[in-house]
Amino acid sequence: MVGLLGRKVGMTRIFSENGENIPVTVIEAGPCYVSQIKTSKIDGYSAVQIGLKEKKEIRTTKPLLGHFKKANIKPMYYLREFRNFEIDKKVKIGDQIGPDLFTSGDLISVSGTSKGKGFQGVMKRHGFGGGPKTHGQSDRMRAPGSVGQSSYPSRVMKGMRMGGHMGSKRITVKNLVVVQVVPEQNLLLVRGSVPGSVNSIVEIKKN
Amino acid sequence: MGKLEAVGVEQLRDDLPHFHSGDTLAVHIKVREGDKERIQIFQGTVIKIKGSGLNRTFTVRKVSNGIGVEKIFPLHSPNIAKVERLREGKVRRAKLYYLRNLTGKAARIEEKRSNY
Repeated sequence: MVGLLGRKVGMTRIFSENGENIPVTVIEAGPCYVSQIKTSKIDGYSAVQIGLKEKKEIRTTKPLLGHFKKANIKPMYYLREFRNFEIDKKVKIGDQIGPDLFTSGDLISVSGTSKGKGFQGVMKRHGFGGGPKTHGQSDRMRAPGSVGQSSYPSRVMKGMRMGGHMGSKRITVKNLVVVQVVPEQNLLLVRGSVPGSVNSIVEIKKN
Repeated sequence: MGKLEAVGVEQLRDDLPHFHSGDTLAVHIKVREGDKERIQIFQGTVIKIKGSGLNRTFTVRKVSNGIGVEKIFPLHSPNIAKVERLREGKVRRAKLYYLRNLTGKAARIEEKRSNY
């Protein structure tokens, strides 16, 4: 399955030929460079490692620098592996790849780190209904309700959904449609929204 | 121009007349029914223009059979066949939400006259 790394640029709209309004997320996917190719013979599984966004040599640790030197590419900020990449497209170490791996109409999955929401209550975090607003209630509007029983088991079950930190975790959205590919600017236009804030790094995988 | 603003610039329309809030417009909308396409006209007052680039939209309000109707149009939508600017209105704000609370004579907008 081919994959790419990209930066979320933001959302806008675009019109199709029949005048339909399509909400799109713009992803700057590339230029990416192949830094390593793993094979089942040597590594036990087949994958392709890809780098995005050049960085200065002085900012790179020596072990990593050696890794990039081996592939004969400039040091990169982000490195990710994509399993079974070579089924769809053969690449060589040091190759530059971009959004032209995809064509419009392709189904893709996009993974990223979701926006952090901080400490949130159960209504926002787990979609609880909260308590009644009226009929003599006080301080119950956003309360979680009962969290367990009395004498047996006399404790709160593991995994009970409660308030806590929300967001800032890896989220994958599957089956997004590629609307347009602009290879000259390395842009990928995807229908709908994509996890993460603007300028965050996303992984794009073909379904 | 940023990368985001550069997306879809070829879809930006420059054939529509320039208009402001308070103007009276006749918006010719392309309506598709099966294979047939016809033009529907929506005539009313512009009460809001917002957004930039392809995201720019305007809201037209009219009172139809005593019921207020508002339509939001994407300015650069290919479904807009034509926009006629029928009357220039003299208004003192950009968003005319106050018209929603007014009816009859009070909801009129004075016409703008530049040369007396």
